[in-house]
Amino acid sequence: MSEQITDVLLRSLHVSGLATAIACLLGVPAGVLLGRSRRRWARLARLLAHTLLALPPVVVGLVLYIVFSRSGPLGNWGWLFTTRIMVLAQVILATPFVVSVVASAMSAVPVELELQLQAIGASRLQARLLALREALPGIALAAAAAFGRSISEVGAVLMVGGNIEQHTRVLTTAIVLETGRGHFRLALLLGAILLTLALAANAALLALSARTGVALPRAAAE
Amino acid sequence: MTERRLGGVAVSAATELLVAEGLRRSRGRTFQLAVDRLTLRAGEILCVLGPTGAGKSTLLRLLAGIERPDEGCVTWPGGDGAGRRGRPLLVPQRPLLVTGTVRYNVALGLRFRKTATAELTRLVDRVAERLELTALLDRPARQLSGGETRLVALARALVLEPDVLLVDEPTADLDPGRGALVERVLTETARRRGAGVVWTTHNLFQARRVATTVMLLCGGEVVEVGPAEAFFRTPRTPLARRFLEGELLY
Repeated sequence: MSEQITDVLLRSLHVSGLATAIACLLGVPAGVLLGRSRRRWARLARLLAHTLLALPPVVVGLVLYIVFSRSGPLGNWGWLFTTRIMVLAQVILATPFVVSVVASAMSAVPVELELQLQAIGASRLQARLLALREALPGIALAAAAAFGRSISEVGAVLMVGGNIEQHTRVLTTAIVLETGRGHFRLALLLGAILLTLALAANAALLALSARTGVALPRAAAE
Repeated sequence: MTERRLGGVAVSAATELLVAEGLRRSRGRTFQLAVDRLTLRAGEILCVLGPTGAGKSTLLRLLAGIERPDEGCVTWPGGDGAGRRGRPLLVPQRPLLVTGTVRYNVALGLRFRKTATAELTRLVDRVAERLELTALLDRPARQLSGGETRLVALARALVLEPDVLLVDEPTADLDPGRGALVERVLTETARRRGAGVVWTTHNLFQARRVATTVMLLCGGEVVEVGPAEAFFRTPRTPLARRFLEGELLY
């Protein structure tokens, strides 16, 4: 049984870790851009990102299922019921999170700071990077939140992954299955592992912020 | 004494550190500032006086190049053309520091210039000593008081040994002792090191103590500009007279 748990745990880490990394890769630059721009399209894009926070995972699952099913437009990719499409689903869900948290963190850093740094000889890029450094706690928070959302998400990965043993089964889908089978102890154990992962991610975040001396925003410290 | 070539490049560049010409600036429909000509020589301390909202800070930000004028230009003939050397440095009215120690903040400008570590440490230590900041060097910069923050902002500019220093009310929230220290350090920077300083202040006593030249701004226009002594003894315009007598100008 412990082998099965390890297998599911590792797959969860793989899928959600990869999804978080990709979401950050896409979301951090977009968030920085949107947090700094005052143009109309930037404000609309932020509104869109905020709206997408409320995107129901099952809707993402449904759309991806249609697109990647055998008769769908991307059916010949053969992604349905693989971990690839699970990563894709979680990237779609996590990216708006990263974008809006990073945008908020970035817009909390005054533009004036960048101007003042330029006034002592910084190039625009150097000034922007230092402003980004000030927003670092917010960016770390965004990454942790994205990981938390991914690893605890069940609707989308269940629909597009299919919960196939040793193939696409992850912690959350295993919990659903074991609960249905009446294996409550196992389900609870998996739940405890899930919580421990969230704890570990946040502890790492705290340790990181303590070491860099960058203060966490209050919401993250509590 | 100042001859000019076409295009406004000063010929007697040896002593002129900063030349601003035909500066015009509005924000939206609100007129902010018009300065036809401003020059600054080595060793000169130009005090910019005027009521709140006269355009003093705007002038400094235009001279520092962090805000663009609608018209006119600012040049620093002493620079090397690439724009970095000789560039005026600004110590703003409300300085913002970055997360990290005081030492990190003071060293920022040197890092931008890629100064070697040993040299960087030496320069930071020396400027900290001049401004009596040595005890604060390892403190987190974001936890400093307003006065300490101002001193650190001054240090992060002074450490670069600028040819032109623009200081916006540099002693506004300092205790008398530190205020005197800053006056001493800045006048020394001008007189002994030959830097040019543009200095905004509301403190007329301070202006009398430190200024070699005075510019009085009101409503974004230059009311009077000239040698400090003459300005304080015999102001030429009625507006300047009223300002010196402590009347409110609008």
